[in-house]
Amino acid sequence: MLHIKCPHCGLRSQNEFSYGGDATVKRPELNKEVSDQDWDNFVYLRKSPRGKHLELWQHISGCRQWIKVERDTLTHEIFKTLKANEEI
Amino acid sequence: MSQNYRLDNNGLINRDKKISFKFNGKNYFGYEGDTLASALIANGIHLVGRSFKYHRPRGFFGAGVDEPYAMVQLIRNNESIPNVRATEQELFEGLEAKSVNCWPNVNFDIGAINNFLNKFFPAGFYYKTFMWPRSFWYKVYEPIIRKTAGFGVVSTNHDQERYEHKYEYCDLLVAGSGPSGLASAYAAAQNGARVILAEDKPRFGGSLLTSEVSIGNQSGQEWVKNIISELKSMPNVTVKNRSQVFGYYDHNMLVMSERISDHLPKTKKYTPKQRLWYIRAKEALISSGSIERPLVFGNNDTPGVMLSSAAKEYLKIYGVLAGKKPLVFTNNDSGYETAIEFKKNGIDPVILDTRKDPSSEIVNEAKSLNIDIKFSYVVVAAKGYKKVKSADIAKISDDKKQLSQIENINCDCICVSGFWTPTIHLASQSGNKTKFNEDIDAFIPGQSKQNETVLGSAKGIFTLEETLKNSFEKGNELSKKITNKENKISLPSVVEKKYTNHDKFWCVPLPEGKNYKRFLDFQNDVAVTDVELALREGYRSIEHVKRYTTLGMATDQGKTSNLNGLQLVSDVENKVVPQVGHTTFRPPYTPVSIGAIVGREIGKHSKPTRKSPMHSWHEKNNAVFVDAGVWLRPRYYKQGNENLFEGSKREAKNVRQNVGVCDVTTLGKIDIKGPDAAELLNRVYTNAWLKLPVGKARYGAMLREDGIVMDDGTTTRISENHYHMTTTTAQAANVLSHLEYYLQLVWPELNVNVVSTTEQWAGAAIAGPKSRDVLQKLFPDLNVSSEGLPFMGYIKGNLFGVNARIYRISFSGELAYEVNVESDNGNFMWEKIMEVGKEFNIQPYGTEALSTLRIEMGHVAGSELDGRTIPYDNSLEGLVSKKKDFIGKRSLNKTAYIAQDRQKVVGVVPLDKKTSIPEGSYLVKDANAKLPNPKLGHVSASCWSVEYDNPFSLAILKDGKNMIGKKLFALSPVKNISIPVEIVSSHYVDPKGERVRS
Ligand SMILES: [Zn+2]
Repeated sequence: MLHIKCPHCGLRSQNEFSYGGDATVKRPELNKEVSDQDWDNFVYLRKSPRGKHLELWQHISGCRQWIKVERDTLTHEIFKTLKANEEI
Repeated sequence: MSQNYRLDNNGLINRDKKISFKFNGKNYFGYEGDTLASALIANGIHLVGRSFKYHRPRGFFGAGVDEPYAMVQLIRNNESIPNVRATEQELFEGLEAKSVNCWPNVNFDIGAINNFLNKFFPAGFYYKTFMWPRSFWYKVYEPIIRKTAGFGVVSTNHDQERYEHKYEYCDLLVAGSGPSGLASAYAAAQNGARVILAEDKPRFGGSLLTSEVSIGNQSGQEWVKNIISELKSMPNVTVKNRSQVFGYYDHNMLVMSERISDHLPKTKKYTPKQRLWYIRAKEALISSGSIERPLVFGNNDTPGVMLSSAAKEYLKIYGVLAGKKPLVFTNNDSGYETAIEFKKNGIDPVILDTRKDPSSEIVNEAKSLNIDIKFSYVVVAAKGYKKVKSADIAKISDDKKQLSQIENINCDCICVSGFWTPTIHLASQSGNKTKFNEDIDAFIPGQSKQNETVLGSAKGIFTLEETLKNSFEKGNELSKKITNKENKISLPSVVEKKYTNHDKFWCVPLPEGKNYKRFLDFQNDVAVTDVELALREGYRSIEHVKRYTTLGMATDQGKTSNLNGLQLVSDVENKVVPQVGHTTFRPPYTPVSIGAIVGREIGKHSKPTRKSPMHSWHEKNNAVFVDAGVWLRPRYYKQGNENLFEGSKREAKNVRQNVGVCDVTTLGKIDIKGPDAAELLNRVYTNAWLKLPVGKARYGAMLREDGIVMDDGTTTRISENHYHMTTTTAQAANVLSHLEYYLQLVWPELNVNVVSTTEQWAGAAIAGPKSRDVLQKLFPDLNVSSEGLPFMGYIKGNLFGVNARIYRISFSGELAYEVNVESDNGNFMWEKIMEVGKEFNIQPYGTEALSTLRIEMGHVAGSELDGRTIPYDNSLEGLVSKKKDFIGKRSLNKTAYIAQDRQKVVGVVPLDKKTSIPEGSYLVKDANAKLPNPKLGHVSASCWSVEYDNPFSLAILKDGKNMIGKKLFALSPVKNISIPVEIVSSHYVDPKGERVRS
């Protein structure tokens, strides 16, 4: 079980969090033209890197904040955690 | 029955307390402190089972977790437990055990014929043989193999025992209480660290219990006793015996299973049988010790062949003789300790040492005790079938390739010692890249991966003095880092015997003309020839060799077999062992009961149960409950002998004719506040929200970004910047996370707060043509006329002194209202509704009637919004705004989504107006078409229409728009029926929606 440092609450066990996928994906702005390709990339296509990955987790059984976690998908090492509005 | 193999005074057992037990139907006795194994050996029982493949006789090989043979079926307090290791099971009064894997009994086992056919059972035999003819596998081979293979029998009864989970945090977790564990725990405890010391066995001390050493002028045993009692007295230390740390997981999470009651005849009241500890340790100290390696020779699986360290343990802890004419076969000094212990207890052993001329303190001691020692000698083969009777021995050449003349020597046990293998499992599980150490011919831990530190013989350190020095230092250093305190203790003086080098020899060559089986894996019956065959057939990777031969794959996970297997592969392949590498160590280190893994999360405890504030009223009024997610909801309220069908029909009918009331507390409720609340709703829902006036509700659907409908519900504008959103029961949590995601990550500029208020409000839906009359009685001062409270209107009210919110919304399609009060007042509200509604024939209705009402109205719900449908499919396209953007809108122009023959929700009526259509049925054109019959759609929800008194279903049907009036078939392969049906509009009742607006 991972040990994730919520930037708001501190170190907590994984079972308090829910996984939210790739944190580097940016939603296209509303009311703006988006090509089919760009939209499909946004909706469906995700990288599945072996190694460092910036991902989203939500502290659902804690502060309910979405946070960013930089984690190694191979070793599960967590390098850094960030608030939703922070950039790596 | 007397215990012929019990000494009068050796050991740590309590001779004042006799314990009687039963093995294979016969009565025996042992003493308090015995294991089942030690008590059986004391009684002269050496045959306990049959081997897995060849059904060869099986005795005892070890004295602990490494035991490959002695697994029994244990009967404890009327529960039958399979595959219990007799070497670990402590004796208790009334214990009953049986041999496994033998039929009709352990002495005469028909399966042993496999032993004489063994040339037909080489590695990969099953893969090669039972593949043809294919049909034979199911009918002939598998049933026979199943009958003769396997070990114990799993009970099919419900396990009555209680198991617990515990989460714990500590500074240092010390796994193992041998010298390194005790020293490091003690040093860390002195520095004020929070320490957990875990010992797998009932007794603390590990190797100190059986070694002849002195520490600070105390014997090893005395030193252990004093350290443990001091540790137990310290508030910062938890000391646990019978507790196995079996797994090292991510981020320094270690899991330990504590056997609290397995050694008792019966679990005590209010105590669990076992407890699983999830321990998050800042530092993990692995002091798991080492396991003696066997030497490989002919028939080395015969009962009576055992590890030399096990024989010593039986002598020193249990006062039990493994034999009265022992032969010690060793390649190192450890065997001498066992021989000397025999000698001290009046038994004359013979030592066969593979070394030519070793010289050390302990060899000299054995010589001075006049023990018969034969140097450069090996055991060629054990003789005897169910028990060792003698041994063929021979002198071996210096290059270890030539055997001299075979001699036969009488003996009743052969104690083997092939040096020591560090127990590196936990370190390896942590991610530690282990390395091969040439000096000890074994793998030892390398660079730490997580915060693990390996100590003592688990690290390949075999002298006590170095172990203690290193462990005190590590315990001090690691704890000091955490507590910033140092209370250093000085190393006590240590007296121990110095060892000399071991011999790298491990496998005795076959003598000319002999074809003895030489086993590597004793539990899975893998012999030298099996591995050789696998290599000849081209298997190279050690992971493949393992799987093909099953070497190391038994329940003991190869604790005694792995290294000899690697040695063999490297010898045959002409490689060195590190090139071959070892197979992956995976948790658990020892088998863990399923009960302990599951813990308390069984039956009703497997998930939380949520009940509405009106639950007790439902119970009192004969509600039959159904699980709705984690909620318990009334399915129907049983009257007399009614069944579900009759009850729900009565309730639904009463809603259509009079008035009914339904508990809708379970609906998800989200409070939305802030100046940008309307903007958020406008982006989340498919329809327009910016112009919703205060005091009005609106129905909305929300999509995922891929255009699939996520949820639907109504949202009401309570005041200028305050909205009340409802979601379906099932999607409540997801919708909240969805809103939070967009607010926190995508549109942080929106000034809105969202919070779940599902628990805060109790809800009652009052539905039916007479619902307005009921509402008027509840709120006599309010104008609830169609003008005062129009359809989709909202007002506040005072319900007999209680604040209430009244929404005129409808799920049933009838004139209906939803009344919400604070949860604590839920029961009061409900009782008032029933009281004032009596004169209008109000009846409560459950989820079944609720479904009936919505289905015949064509209102979509979870069974249509199933994660595969877009708004059009659910006839919600009218709700999709063309003007504004919203979540998922960009996906709706996909080719498949705008196809002319896109699927759509329709109504389905059986032509006979009698046969109910099972949910999940396929809609097809031709019931008798060749398979696979093209599927046009599926039936999503079915009910008995109370309006028309015939079955009615909703379906998602391809080109549904143009299918109205068509005749199809509903096929249910599960129920094996096919029903001719007609496709009709999904709005079966009141298609114009006049009732809700009345
Ligand atoms: Zn948090």
